[in-house]
Amino acid sequence: MAPSPPADSRVLAHVDMDAYYVEVELLTQPELRGRKIIVAQDSGRSVVLSASYEARADGVRSAMPLARARQMSPDAVVVSPHMEVYRELSRRIMAYFDTITDAVEQLSVDEAFLDLTGSLRRLGGPAEIGQKIRREIREEFDLPATVGIADRKFIAKIASTRAKPDGLLLVPPHRRLEFLHSLPVTAMWGVGGKTAESLKAFGITTVLQLAETPEPALRRRFGVTGTALHRLAWGEDARDVQPHRIEKSIGAEETFAVDVDDEAVLRAELLRLSHRVAARLRESGVSAEGISLKLRYSDFETLTRSSTLSHPTHSALAIYSRLLALLERLGERPQPVRLIGVRAERLVDEGGSLQLSFDRTETNWLDAESALDAIAKKFPQVQTAPASLLRARKEEP
Amino acid sequence: MEFTVERDVLSEAVSWAARSLSPRPPAPVLAGLHITAADQTVTISSFDHEISAQLHIEADVKQEGTILVSGRLLNDIVKSLPNAPVTVHLQDSRVQLTCRSSKFTLSTMPVDEYPELPGMPELAGTVDGAAFARAVSQVITAASKDDTLPILTGVKVEIEGDTITFLATDRYRLAMREINWSPVTPDISTSVLIKAKTLNDVAKSLAGAGSLQIALSESAELVGFSSGGRRTTSVLVDGDYPKIRQLFPEETPIHAVVGTAEFIEAARRVSLVSERNGHVRLQFTQDNEVILDAGVDDAASASEVIPATLTGEAITVGFNPAYLNEGLNVIDTDFLRFSFVSAPKPAMITGQAEAEGEKSIDFRYLLMPVRLINS
Repeated sequence: MAPSPPADSRVLAHVDMDAYYVEVELLTQPELRGRKIIVAQDSGRSVVLSASYEARADGVRSAMPLARARQMSPDAVVVSPHMEVYRELSRRIMAYFDTITDAVEQLSVDEAFLDLTGSLRRLGGPAEIGQKIRREIREEFDLPATVGIADRKFIAKIASTRAKPDGLLLVPPHRRLEFLHSLPVTAMWGVGGKTAESLKAFGITTVLQLAETPEPALRRRFGVTGTALHRLAWGEDARDVQPHRIEKSIGAEETFAVDVDDEAVLRAELLRLSHRVAARLRESGVSAEGISLKLRYSDFETLTRSSTLSHPTHSALAIYSRLLALLERLGERPQPVRLIGVRAERLVDEGGSLQLSFDRTETNWLDAESALDAIAKKFPQVQTAPASLLRARKEEP
Repeated sequence: MEFTVERDVLSEAVSWAARSLSPRPPAPVLAGLHITAADQTVTISSFDHEISAQLHIEADVKQEGTILVSGRLLNDIVKSLPNAPVTVHLQDSRVQLTCRSSKFTLSTMPVDEYPELPGMPELAGTVDGAAFARAVSQVITAASKDDTLPILTGVKVEIEGDTITFLATDRYRLAMREINWSPVTPDISTSVLIKAKTLNDVAKSLAGAGSLQIALSESAELVGFSSGGRRTTSVLVDGDYPKIRQLFPEETPIHAVVGTAEFIEAARRVSLVSERNGHVRLQFTQDNEVILDAGVDDAASASEVIPATLTGEAITVGFNPAYLNEGLNVIDTDFLRFSFVSAPKPAMITGQAEAEGEKSIDFRYLLMPVRLINS
């Protein structure tokens, strides 16, 4: 794994779908485009879920009671929401983001942070990637999106808000402070109505004023929030891009040169794959709560069987014994196997402790596997493998 | 066939028999309840090749006969009827249920395709139903829920003379409970492995009140339970259960006594910040305190100190919070005792009536600790 670049050279994008619910509704009701549209359940006490920019011009905002929105914008069309559709499309949009970068932090159904740092070499400069994302979302989903790009998460977020709708704003590192200090304090992410009010009472309405107020004064007045605000006003953001999941699962699979019918060969392959997956789990400092087995038969019919472990594990032995149980449960195989695969799923961080078992072999094996890791690290040219695999290899023709 | 019985009686009987119907019946007829009316008695049976259930209720039988109807549907219908006598009447191949102004017609399944229920094994002895139910609830928490290890999803029931011992483990904790019973043969010595789920069902649906008869077959393939005109049989889990009694340490130089309620409360609070695969750390100190903490280097952390009477050296151990709390929750005495050999060895939890008193060994919970990394 390449070392992470220093935080200062990060390129982070905040991608926000424009009036997402409204735009999704327009896909099926295009005749409404250009009208004032409010997405809300059409009942007495419901609230506005989303509004088109035309309706927003009348003052309609999300979360506003529908009755009030109707008064402000009497000629707006009220469209019932289709949450299932929004979620399904969102899932596909997020999956598309995964093709841009590994590090995607989904914030809600219609916005996400993308760490583009690792994609620069592959996909081009920051602005180029930003335009590419907007263009591809437009082509693929027929939806508009706005992208904000900066080297700080919260600045990328502010940038996308300023660039809306259907826009792109890139804040290069050397313009970061200039950009920030041109903003009203309410533009800062995390400064809501209450905080803005207290800041105003303190005589602060712009980010520049906030930045120029000595930090101790802010701390005395606002406590830890004051310190945090002051740091933000100078472009310091402790909130790094934290993809919720660095990896969703870790898998390994093998396509045989010749389709295999022999149980012993399949088992040996499973053991080898288990060690490969377990070593990668340990390397990433994670454990798997679920294990799945994949088989592809000669005729390309593919099946997957999953199973949940009582404890998250990163032990090859635990993974292997679960795979054997899954293989056994499949019963007799109708055809020879073309491909066999292993996947460790639902990865969780190691909890700083390891559950010991009455069955000592469980713990002993794990210790042995850690020793294998240490050997592999120290002597990269040496290959370690369970003895049973050496035997299995010899038997292969 | 025709009989009449009060709605409450029928509803209770049908819902009891329907409990053991398999959600995925191995054959269509096994989705049915088998109902026989004869001699002013109605017998209702269910069977899924593993578990059978049968009970008798008194009824006003006008015409004898046998029917097989969908258990789930019958159960839903009977539950919803008004509280009045229900008449069940077979006409041609359909069953009519009449209750006040409600009338239902159900199709039946062929009675002759229904397998014969296994016979009740021979009576082995009698146990107090409530004591049995309590014992089962205490041990099944430790049984494995992982069906890739079928043996560990069972509860080992060892019978030696007038003592029954229940044992269950999932390899990470072990629960053991002893109760007395009245065997038919005073020097009986045997053991069976029963699915934890089956045992739990028996405890809940049969062992509520009065005495519970336990029946064992000679060949030890089947266990039967009966109480108050209801009986159930179950096939036993096949296989060699690991020898787990020997896991209990012979000598425990360190022990600590805490107030049960106070400790449970503290452990539950502290566990709130622990991850699913995290741990709760217990530090028993020479100052007769125990410090409970969790989530040390995570986003959230918690700690709490409560009194603990320590004998022996100070000790620090970590446990999986779920395993710890599940064990604590089935202790029913005012005080509980942790007995230790050393930190990486299993800890034994037992109850006792008084802080200064002796430990009670009717129930023992042996818990494997976690190995603390970086602490």
